[in-house]
Amino acid sequence: MERQVVQRAKEAFLSGRARGLEFRLQQLHALQSMITEKETEICTALKQDINRSQYDTPLLELIGIENEIKLAIEKIAEWTAPRPVEKNLLTISDEVYVQPEPLGVVLIIGAWNYPWALTLLPLIGAIAAGNAAVVKPSELSECSSLLLRALLPRYLDKDLYPVVMGGAAETQELLRLRFDHVFYTGSSAVGKLVMEAAARHLTPVTLELGGKSPCYIDKDCDIRVACRRITWGKFVNCGQTCIAPDYILCEPCIQSRVIECIRRTLLEFYGADPKCSADYSRIINQRHFTRIMSLMEGYTPVVGGQSDPSQCYIAPTVLKDVPPHSRLMQEEIFGPVLPIVTVSDMDDAINFINEREKPLALYIFCSNKKEAKRMIEETTSGGVTVNDVMMHYSLSSLPFGGVGQSGMGSYHGKHTFERLSHHRACMLRSLNMESVNLARYPPQDRVSWKTGRLCLLRTRMRQSCP
Amino acid sequence: MSREQQAVARARKAFNTGRSKPLEYRIIQLKNLKRMFYEKQKMISDAIKKDLNKSVEVTQLHETLGIESEIDLTIRKLKDWAAPRPVEKNLLTMSDTVYVHPEPLGVVLIIGAWNYPWAVTVGPLIGAIAAGNAAVVKPSEVCVHTAKVMEDLLPIYIDKELYPVVTGGVPETQELLRQRFDHIFYTGNSMVGKLIMEAAAKNLTPVTLELGGKSPCYIDKNCDITIACRRTAWGKYTNCGQTCIAPDYILCEPSMQDRIIEEIKKALKEFYTDNPKTCADYGRIINQRHFKRIMNMLDDCTIAAGGENDEANCYIAPTVLRDVKPEAKVMQEEIFGPLLPIITVGGVDEAIEFINKGEKPLALYVFSSDNKVIDRIRDETSSGGFVANDCLVHYSISSLPFGGVGNSGMGCYHGKYSFDQLSHLRGCLIKKLNMEGVNNVRYPPHTPKKLSWARFILLKSSSLGWIGRMAMLAILVVVAAVALQRYLH
Repeated sequence: MERQVVQRAKEAFLSGRARGLEFRLQQLHALQSMITEKETEICTALKQDINRSQYDTPLLELIGIENEIKLAIEKIAEWTAPRPVEKNLLTISDEVYVQPEPLGVVLIIGAWNYPWALTLLPLIGAIAAGNAAVVKPSELSECSSLLLRALLPRYLDKDLYPVVMGGAAETQELLRLRFDHVFYTGSSAVGKLVMEAAARHLTPVTLELGGKSPCYIDKDCDIRVACRRITWGKFVNCGQTCIAPDYILCEPCIQSRVIECIRRTLLEFYGADPKCSADYSRIINQRHFTRIMSLMEGYTPVVGGQSDPSQCYIAPTVLKDVPPHSRLMQEEIFGPVLPIVTVSDMDDAINFINEREKPLALYIFCSNKKEAKRMIEETTSGGVTVNDVMMHYSLSSLPFGGVGQSGMGSYHGKHTFERLSHHRACMLRSLNMESVNLARYPPQDRVSWKTGRLCLLRTRMRQSCP
Repeated sequence: MSREQQAVARARKAFNTGRSKPLEYRIIQLKNLKRMFYEKQKMISDAIKKDLNKSVEVTQLHETLGIESEIDLTIRKLKDWAAPRPVEKNLLTMSDTVYVHPEPLGVVLIIGAWNYPWAVTVGPLIGAIAAGNAAVVKPSEVCVHTAKVMEDLLPIYIDKELYPVVTGGVPETQELLRQRFDHIFYTGNSMVGKLIMEAAAKNLTPVTLELGGKSPCYIDKNCDITIACRRTAWGKYTNCGQTCIAPDYILCEPSMQDRIIEEIKKALKEFYTDNPKTCADYGRIINQRHFKRIMNMLDDCTIAAGGENDEANCYIAPTVLRDVKPEAKVMQEEIFGPLLPIITVGGVDEAIEFINKGEKPLALYVFSSDNKVIDRIRDETSSGGFVANDCLVHYSISSLPFGGVGNSGMGCYHGKYSFDQLSHLRGCLIKKLNMEGVNNVRYPPHTPKKLSWARFILLKSSSLGWIGRMAMLAILVVVAAVALQRYLH
């Protein structure tokens, strides 16, 4: 079944109809309509999947998607136009440019935590770049995926952008087929399998993976504001965000203060009993519930710790003085559990971070810009936000992606378009001016060689670059 | 620990000291590299002559001149490339510092090829050094003498811990591929490219694969056939056809075939005399294995020119094949040798159809004086690079990205592209801890009012010009002040 769908997408792509700018604009406008018209249904589906508040869905996903569509619509003519490059003396009368082209059929494998953003943002780029795209939403966010499956063919060209449902078996079947790019969002473990499968067809990949995003709080900063922002970022979507601050690093002298501020903020956000708050989500399923609960084993939380398996509910939880080598510090938490690991100072924090795999995001709370920049210089991560969390995600002019175990490739805004295009180097010469070429032809005798070499050297020296 | 493991471990240790990070250090290494080409020109040329029978002048023309100019460009531009790159801000980030920060990846593995060993091994190395990485250099074992020269010279001129040279064949390469790298840069064939990517997947290592394919060359009936054939012949027979972007085969209408053959013969005589075997400028096939592979392709073809060969010398004369059928042996794989098949097609439509039946090639060439033909072929096909009315030359423009697509590769390099390909471009947003009031719209408890505000701010801000943004910012400041007031009470 998957084979047929992909074959149809390929034929639809080869028909050439995805190429015309008008067509791409029309599809983008249609996608825009879908988001606007079906907002209620989309919010309801997410409420059913993960108990996400109907306000959080527009805030976290839909507004961002709308902005991306708008940007693509506004900029597509500019993005798709040939891009002239600097010429040198030898190419002065030639046309030299880079022409962005579609790749062909893109496979987009979405994730369950932000099912709309993580499938539609790549799709927007795929459409803008003139590709076909097979969309495979995560089976874990069941209601949202079913809704996507129902809605997309109603608004978009259903041969060019089919939705394929299913779990691991169907995904594996898809990965046996040949695509021109595979865009995967999910875990590093599966990321390796996706890349391995793609290798068999020499298919380039974009892998948006995860990791443990550290959050360093400097002792000389406005801890109250810092903790407010961190609390929001950590517990939104019940901690199930790839760029959530995974754990806190701070000096022992401020640990209690940090805990107090978080506790107060939690009270403000979710009330005395978060279980009753309409704004507090749930864990996606039993398996993840059990996973997160087991990570907490042996620890006494200083905040939260309550749970209810029947509802997949875990209270916003904070743990103090967590040992660096504990199980809790070995895998991405992806849940509402916030460990605090104490370090002696910023240098100690830097070493701590560098000893571990490169994370998807790094957060630094520090009022000293110079020190913050030093921390940026001495570490690496997919992205960085200083004095807030997650916000680098929402600026589409910044490339969003990981490095090392947290992923490869980046997207958002124009970056998605670039990622899902082929940048073809084009050079148009004329058949005259053959004399310019003489130096390159054999026979390379000494005299003509010396002149030719000098000429070449001089022109290359003057070469510019983008 | 194997020799390969040790080299990689040492490189990583050296990288972790941080000494490859300062720009001054990178520039010193690049200057030393350049000095190597200048001081050891003879040693380099002698080795190339033994490996590929290329003359001193040709070696410089094809390889070292290009490398030297890339080094010059890189030294001149490094400060710009490595500097933080500010990006466009939106309303919410108006007063923040936002930029992309280029960073080294770590330890890069560079696997070179044998046909232009310096260009394709040192080319990526320039980018690796410029981006602040360590790099393990694995030259191709097929160009035996050049690999030895690389092994001997590089450690004398550049940091031998940061940039070790590991020589060897398949087992050594496999051992290297078992180690963990932060990027793998491979130049070679598609088959091995798949194995490299599969190995890289185990560590989630990104790859750049510069592969190959059959680069078509369409000669339109409307063009100056003499010039077209001259340029094509030059592109084809340089380095004895062993160029990844050589025009692999010609497509033309039947009526033109004879003329094309004549013109190519003329060009060949001009370039290599009547007896290319004695001409200093005509190369040799790299080894016996490739000699046999190429000679096999002649079995089911009609030779229109050339065909002479001498196995002991790995010599194959510049050869043209006529009336070649798509099923012929010579059309089943990249030739990478001095055989130029001509396939006749009915016209542009059939040529496009023929090209699109095959895998996406590394390069595509069109010779025509009709711009409409050029535009059509460009628009209805895909390839790594595209050149109208010449061959190979796009390679030497550093402002053009050089790389393949589909089976011909992924990623690109040259000039700034090498730097970017071997860097991590990290998105950075530096905010302040004030203006907390603005953030209230995102915090629970959520209300319809808060959401409307959020929608207003987030959706509207993207479509405003700067005046609009300033006005919005003023409103926002007032809102923030009011909200903060309320919050504090």
